[in-house]
Formats: sequence, C-alpha cells, structure tokens
Amino acid sequence: MMQMTEGSHAVAEAVRLCRPQVISAYPITPQTHIVEALADFVANCKLDAEYITVDSELSALSACVGASAAGSRTYSATTSQGLALMNEVCFNAAGMRLPIVMSIANRAMGAPLSIWNDMQDSISMRDAGWLQFYSEDNQEATDLHFIAYKVAEDHSIQLPALVCFDGFILSHTYEPVDILSQDDADRYLPKFAPAERLDAADPISFGMYATPEYYLEFRYEMDRAQKRAKEVIAKAGKEFGTLFGRDYSALIEGYKIEDAETAIVAMGSICGTVKDAIDEMRADGKKVGLVKIRVFRPFPTEEIAKMLAHVKRVAVLDKNISLGSKGATALEVRDALYGTDGVSVKGYVLGLGGRDVRKRDIKAIVSLCEKGVGDQFYGLRQEVL
Amino acid sequence: MALAVGCRARPGKAGDNKTGSWRVFKPVFDHEKCSKCGMCQTLCPEGCIHETNEGFFDPDYAYCKGCGLCAVECPKNAIEMKQEEK
Repeated sequence: MMQMTEGSHAVAEAVRLCRPQVISAYPITPQTHIVEALADFVANCKLDAEYITVDSELSALSACVGASAAGSRTYSATTSQGLALMNEVCFNAAGMRLPIVMSIANRAMGAPLSIWNDMQDSISMRDAGWLQFYSEDNQEATDLHFIAYKVAEDHSIQLPALVCFDGFILSHTYEPVDILSQDDADRYLPKFAPAERLDAADPISFGMYATPEYYLEFRYEMDRAQKRAKEVIAKAGKEFGTLFGRDYSALIEGYKIEDAETAIVAMGSICGTVKDAIDEMRADGKKVGLVKIRVFRPFPTEEIAKMLAHVKRVAVLDKNISLGSKGATALEVRDALYGTDGVSVKGYVLGLGGRDVRKRDIKAIVSLCEKGVGDQFYGLRQEVL
Repeated sequence: MALAVGCRARPGKAGDNKTGSWRVFKPVFDHEKCSKCGMCQTLCPEGCIHETNEGFFDPDYAYCKGCGLCAVECPKNAIEMKQEEK
C-alpha cells in the first residue's frame, strides 16, 4: 500500500514485515527513528520479537550474533561511530557466517563530530565480509531489506548484510513508499531456516580456532560466498520484481548510459540529483549518463567494465575518502576498467559531512572530467584553508 | 579435515587436533645410542612418545610439536632436532 512516510519509518515497517525474532540496537542519530518505531511495534504487539536493550553498539551486535547463532532472524541498525564501535563484532559475524541484517543511515565519521551524511561509516566496513546494499530513495531502502534477508540467509551465502541509505537525506525525508502487505512479505520471505544453530541437545560452536593451515582457506570461502552472492542477489531481485513490480536484479543500473561519452558513477541518494543534472546536460547537447551502484559488496567489477566499455571518460563520485589515497569507489571502478583502452577514470570526493551536492556541482564535475582534471576533492572552500 | 562453513565445530577430543604441523624442528631418535631409560617418554609434555616392542622409544609425529625437551634431557644424546621442510 502506498504511504506518505518518513524514510526511517518506511524502513521500520519493512523490518517489521520481515518478522525478525530478535532486535538489538542502540539509538544514534540519524538511525534513532528506526529503532524507536521498532521498539514501539514490539511494545504494542505489532511485532512478535525480542527487543534486547543494551549499553552500546558493541553489545547490540554481540546480542545479534548470539541470537542469530541460536537460529533467530536478527536485526540491528546503526550509523557512524556506532558502526565503528561494532567493528570487531562485524568481522566475527561475517566469519561465523551469520545472516544478520543491519540498516545503516549513512553518516560522517568523527572527529570532528558531524551528524550529517556521507558514506564513510559503511565504506570503512567494506572489508569485513558483509554484503553492502545502497539505496537511492526510500522505496529502494525499504525493498532492499527483504532482498538482504533473502540473500543473506541463502545457505549458499550465509553472510550478514548492510542496507545503507543516506542519513537525513533519506532517513528523515517524507516520500511516497509502497509498503508490502504481510501476506506478500511472507510469500517472498519464508521463515528463517538456519543451516546450523546453537542447540543444547546437539552442541556446536561457531567461529572456532583456525591454525595457519586453515585460516587462508576460510577467508577464501568467504570471498567465494561474496562472489556467489551476485547470482543470488540477481535471482532474489528478479523474484521481487515479478511479485511486486520493482525489479532489483541488477547490481548496477544505467541511466542514459547507452550512448554516453561521459559517465558518472555514484551510489545512494545523490543519484537522483545526478539524473536531473544529466537531463539538463542532455538538453544542452552533452552526452552524459549515470551508472548507479546498488551493490557495493560484492563489487560488480565485470558489470561495471561492461557498462562503461564504450564511454570516453568516467567521473566517479565518492562520499568517502581513504585518507592518503582516494575515494573507495573511484579505486574500484578504475580497477574494473583496467586494461580497457581509451577510458579515463577520474575520482571526485565530495559531499562529506553533509555538504550539499547540487545539479550545478554535477555539471561542474562533468566539465572538469572533460578537461581531464580529477582525482581530487570537489567543492573545497578555499577561503577557509 | 574439510572446512566447516563459519568454522563451526561439534564437541570433540583434543586428540582430534593433530598438532604435528606446529613443529619446526623434528626429533630424530637414534636407537644405536639409546639406553632405553625412558626419560624422553616421562618428560614429553605432549605425551606422544611411546615404547616400541623392542623397548626403544619413538614419537608420534602426528602430535609432536617439536619442543625439543626430549633431545635436551636425553642422557645419551640419542635424540637430534632436525629442521623440517614442509
């Protein structure tokens, strides 16, 4: 049913419909409205789940690890420093192959303290082994939760998943969102059937000790599961489209990319701005297109190489920076295009800590890219430097 | 041992874990020099040295971690630690 609702509340509705049995989270701006809404559902019997209140994000994800290993569908949500505090548990959850789903309302990392949006938090978690989905709008943020559970819980995958959407820009914005009925949600997402679970009658331990003869192979198997996830995501996304009319089978989406000379690569809510800017640039005769990355882990290397093979130049927008190097997406897009003749890839770090990115900024970046100027921060206020 | 997804394991015995791969130096027993005193078997922290039918002593290389205690304490210097290539 179409509802006019805040992004956080749409996500909370989606989570409720996924029927998590255990929720543990610690409130942190701009994620708070999600967990407030879920606590309200549990308190008012709209969701039959155990809501474990904890003293920190470290405890929240730890509670989820135990609950997931015990065979429960589990959920958490966080952002920024909260995700950083979960860091060591994130690696363990992935290594134990627990299909926990966690929402990230993307926010900048301190210091300096900033509650505003960029993607540094989840991008910094890219190596932990979690699947990572990124949303352009609240509809996508909502729908991706169903897909995340479906893929994470697939026995051939068994990896946790992050569903990321831009803090405030999406989480606190009202948009019309089509929310599934419980019957539809149940049809798409059956009950969690773990491959193995903690059981006192049949004891098992998770994430045991691996000597140097085995550790490398465990990491290799996790990497293989990540790569297998591409097909599982495609299948789960297609099934969602067949049932509900919104197809998420593609890990990346092109917008006016077929005949583009300049391609922009971006993730998250910025893609909407980019599409509007592209429409205006096209009206002025510039052949510009967009490749939107929906799935960052597993990284769609081959898909990007194929979609960008024909363009002259690529401008990659990064709302993150690996300090001392470059934006994460730019590095990976360049890797995807390595060996493809005649395509120049330039990265632009922008929008950090909630700095607005407008259509005119996108146009300016395309102009810079056409001149071969890039691999830089964009939009610096020189007067304060 | 085949890998279990998520390094999940059912309860087992310490004996299931072959620790021989930890070894860098391998004790080689020279039965010519051995006086059959059994000191090596008594001292072995891994408990992996057994008496043969002839009364000599041999380690179980599946478990011997190569600590070298037997070689140091052997009164006849009948045990030599040799670096192992793997």
